[in-house]
Amino acid sequence: MEFTFENNIPIYIQLLDYMKIYLISGVFKAGEKLPSVREFATTFKVNPNTMQKALAELESMNLIYTERTNGKYVTKDEKLIEKLKDEYAMTLTKSYFQGMKRIGLGKADSIKYLERIN
Amino acid sequence: MVLLEVKNLNKKYDDKNVLKDINLKLSSGKIIGLLGKNGAGKTTLIKLINDLLTPTSGEILVKGNKIGVETKKAISYLPERTYLNKQMKVKEVLSYFEDFYDNFDAQKARKLLKDLDLDESQSLSKMSKGMQEKVQLVLVMSRNADLYILDEPLGGVDPATRDYILDTILSNFNENASVIISTHLISDIERVLDEVVFIDKGKIALHSDTDELRKNENASIDEIFRRMFKC
Repeated sequence: MEFTFENNIPIYIQLLDYMKIYLISGVFKAGEKLPSVREFATTFKVNPNTMQKALAELESMNLIYTERTNGKYVTKDEKLIEKLKDEYAMTLTKSYFQGMKRIGLGKADSIKYLERIN
Repeated sequence: MVLLEVKNLNKKYDDKNVLKDINLKLSSGKIIGLLGKNGAGKTTLIKLINDLLTPTSGEILVKGNKIGVETKKAISYLPERTYLNKQMKVKEVLSYFEDFYDNFDAQKARKLLKDLDLDESQSLSKMSKGMQEKVQLVLVMSRNADLYILDEPLGGVDPATRDYILDTILSNFNENASVIISTHLISDIERVLDEVVFIDKGKIALHSDTDELRKNENASIDEIFRRMFKC
């Protein structure tokens, strides 16, 4: 997969987003060991320091944790990942409704459009 | 750790002040963009750090040492223009570097050349400009230095090669070293930078963490630069 980054948004925030999707979609499962900062940086083709910052942010959100000598792991708390998924889905949904609102369509109309999608 | 410290540095050519009271501290483990318009003083600053010019006043320290033999060992420098003899074959240039620099890792250079599909038995004069730039970069990045200074490393190469060069820089830099990249092609390189230093009319106009700057200004580094130095 090719990862793309917008230059006008901090790169670590965009990395954080990619990582959240990895956790939500189960690319890395609860309790699983994560690749090293270096390996991630190579995959995303970003500066290792920026990668480190994104991982530190994930850690401060308790989504991952560091075992002192062993590296980083995904949280064992599956509820936390469920919650992350719920928040993420909510954000996507809100932005859909906002977009529809901009072209004059309310919630009820917007839902009709959603139902037309198979 | 402070890797490079520039204190009250001034450089005059005749009575033209090319650099005015430059103060700068750079630490190790970072990729730093030295960004400025043509003629802003980027290359002059780089040449001073590499002992190719003498300051009019002020001081430059690399790992606490004044510029001299020690600091030359610590710095691996890619100049804006090539100094290599183009009649040489790549493998001849390799052995030349091996003789010249104690800290040159020939094995690493060979591996990188191979990764980049460059043929060691070809002479530089038979190579395209992009290929020559890749060879030079490989040579510079294959020294185990503390500070890599790349003056316009992306100058004459196509966007695909630019990405390749950036990836080579990223995957070859280690946490104990820093890389300074001077360029005016900001949008091509800003994604890899930890810090940016804007230089304008011989002065440091700004020195900041890249992502902090994006966050505060809600804009790309390229855009912030354009806004600041609109002609």
